[in-house]
Amino acid sequence: MSTSNINPGINNKIGVTHPPAKRSPTIKKLINSKQLYVLLALPLLYLIIFKYVPMYGAQIAFKNFVVTKGIWGSDWVGLKNFERFIHSYDFWRILKNTLFLSFYNLVASFPFPIMLALGLNYLRNRFFKKVIQMVTYAPHFISIVVIVGIIKELLDPRIGIVNKIIGFFGFEPINFMGEMSMFSSIYVWSDVWQHVGFNCIIFIAALAAIDPSLHEAAVVDGASKFRRMWHIDLPGIMPMAIILLILNTGHILDLGFEKVLLLQNPINVKTSEIIDTYVYKVGLTAQVANYSYSTAIGIFKSVINLVLLLSINKLAQKTRQTSLW
Amino acid sequence: MNVTFRNESITDKMFTIINALIISILFVSVLYPIVYIVSASFSDSQAVVSGEVWLWPVRPTLDGYAAVFDYSQVWVGFKNSLIYTVTGTAVNIFMTVLAAYPLSRKDLFGKNVFMMLFMFTTMFTGGLIPNYLLVKNVGMLDSIWAIIIPGALTVWNVIIARTYFQMSIPDELLEAAQLDGCNDYQFVWKIVIRLSGPILAVITLYYAAANWNQYFNAMIYLKSQDLYPLQLVLKDILVKNDVDVSMLSGDPADAAKREALKTLLKYSLIVISTVPLMLFYPFVQKYLVKGVMVGSLKG
Repeated sequence: MSTSNINPGINNKIGVTHPPAKRSPTIKKLINSKQLYVLLALPLLYLIIFKYVPMYGAQIAFKNFVVTKGIWGSDWVGLKNFERFIHSYDFWRILKNTLFLSFYNLVASFPFPIMLALGLNYLRNRFFKKVIQMVTYAPHFISIVVIVGIIKELLDPRIGIVNKIIGFFGFEPINFMGEMSMFSSIYVWSDVWQHVGFNCIIFIAALAAIDPSLHEAAVVDGASKFRRMWHIDLPGIMPMAIILLILNTGHILDLGFEKVLLLQNPINVKTSEIIDTYVYKVGLTAQVANYSYSTAIGIFKSVINLVLLLSINKLAQKTRQTSLW
Repeated sequence: MNVTFRNESITDKMFTIINALIISILFVSVLYPIVYIVSASFSDSQAVVSGEVWLWPVRPTLDGYAAVFDYSQVWVGFKNSLIYTVTGTAVNIFMTVLAAYPLSRKDLFGKNVFMMLFMFTTMFTGGLIPNYLLVKNVGMLDSIWAIIIPGALTVWNVIIARTYFQMSIPDELLEAAQLDGCNDYQFVWKIVIRLSGPILAVITLYYAAANWNQYFNAMIYLKSQDLYPLQLVLKDILVKNDVDVSMLSGDPADAAKREALKTLLKYSLIVISTVPLMLFYPFVQKYLVKGVMVGSLKG
């Protein structure tokens, strides 16, 4: 219940105008929220111009966009651009790359933050706990450009430390960046490295919220630490883990596109071309930039994402009590 | 519960040891690359290239940092990034508070409609080309505005701030302030932002990191080299291996030496470009848990 509705007299004192005695409740509510609307005006304006106008502009996906005719004046072509993408030579390869990289990333990055959080929870030394948290969170804030730079330096076939270590154990050096089968692993494991600490924060918080009396009771019953971790801590953080999995699955096609773009080279392009990089190339770097085609591919991706998010959330609602909405 | 290690049962001892082992492995694998990079950046260039560096700097020098210092493009980028980050983050925080506070008020008429307007943009976007066309049509291409304005606010951070306001600012406070004749603008300025230090610190870190690390928008929207942020300069050097050798000191004839110096320059650059955020982040670290938790709550 709102304060202003309980006691309109107070509001008259602070409101800019005194509303006449008899007005419809809607108008009254509008006037009561007047100052809030003023605050909200600028962000809303931003949202409309920079989020909703591009959505309006996305109609060029269904048109043959010609710069001189503008967005509205270009001719409708229906689903031609979508058909062209689906029937194109690259379609299956790109879709396969995108899905493979996403699932690989989803699966590989799921267990480590949970492991780290559970482990930290049972660490006795508070100082080490703090140091480990501090160090493992930090890579999250390193830029993608620098991450890719680090990857390239460390994996260099001649002078990179990784190949030195491989050489130390008597194996042949591997040209990681020049091996197209290596691309997905490079992408995924560097991501795990960068985000494991930051992604574990949420589980640390969830663990802290577990009722200590559960542990006390378990100790009285003679449960070992491992049993307590398995039967109390793990179930305690599972709802959180599932919500995160749902959220991530909803963005399964939204890979770290900027990172893929930087990691791409002529050798690994066969396995590293994903929908987003393709959209970028077709739209902005191709010799004959095709705005409509590029936008259509982007929409294709957005729609799949949306459908995935909604259906996975439905599924989660049915099978468990956890859902986003 | 806090029995000492000595008094633990055999299985608990095993658990403690294995746990410490797993955590150590995870910790070392995150830490080692960082230590190696920092050590390499302080080492002798020949030592880096020949693989003598394993853990600590070998024959410590500042050659790499001297090379970065002489590389004028880096400093132009550094200056631009600083400008973009400071202005951009200020705009971000301003816009985020403006949006988050009204959305946190229960009595905002039409709140659900506004929330839908915000949330929808997280699920569906116009896409790369329509965004590019918009920036082009409003005439922001190749100017600082193309970097600042299109990313003026992130809906996710608005939601975090809104949830925090809802949780930490009691309704009674608003009622009391209103009784004293405080209007909504004064309330936001004098009370809300002063009670929201932790969350503002967290979203400032998020925004500052995003602004500092941003390269893609700069890449598609900027043409003039003298507007390039640091990340674009880094991209040429680190990713495309495109180093302007005329900027490197030393004997031009000695190609091998130059190659080694190039490698050293990269390590030093990685360190220098990351240091500003790393100086800022520990101050905010203690609030991160709060920020992440708030973000995970349902509205």
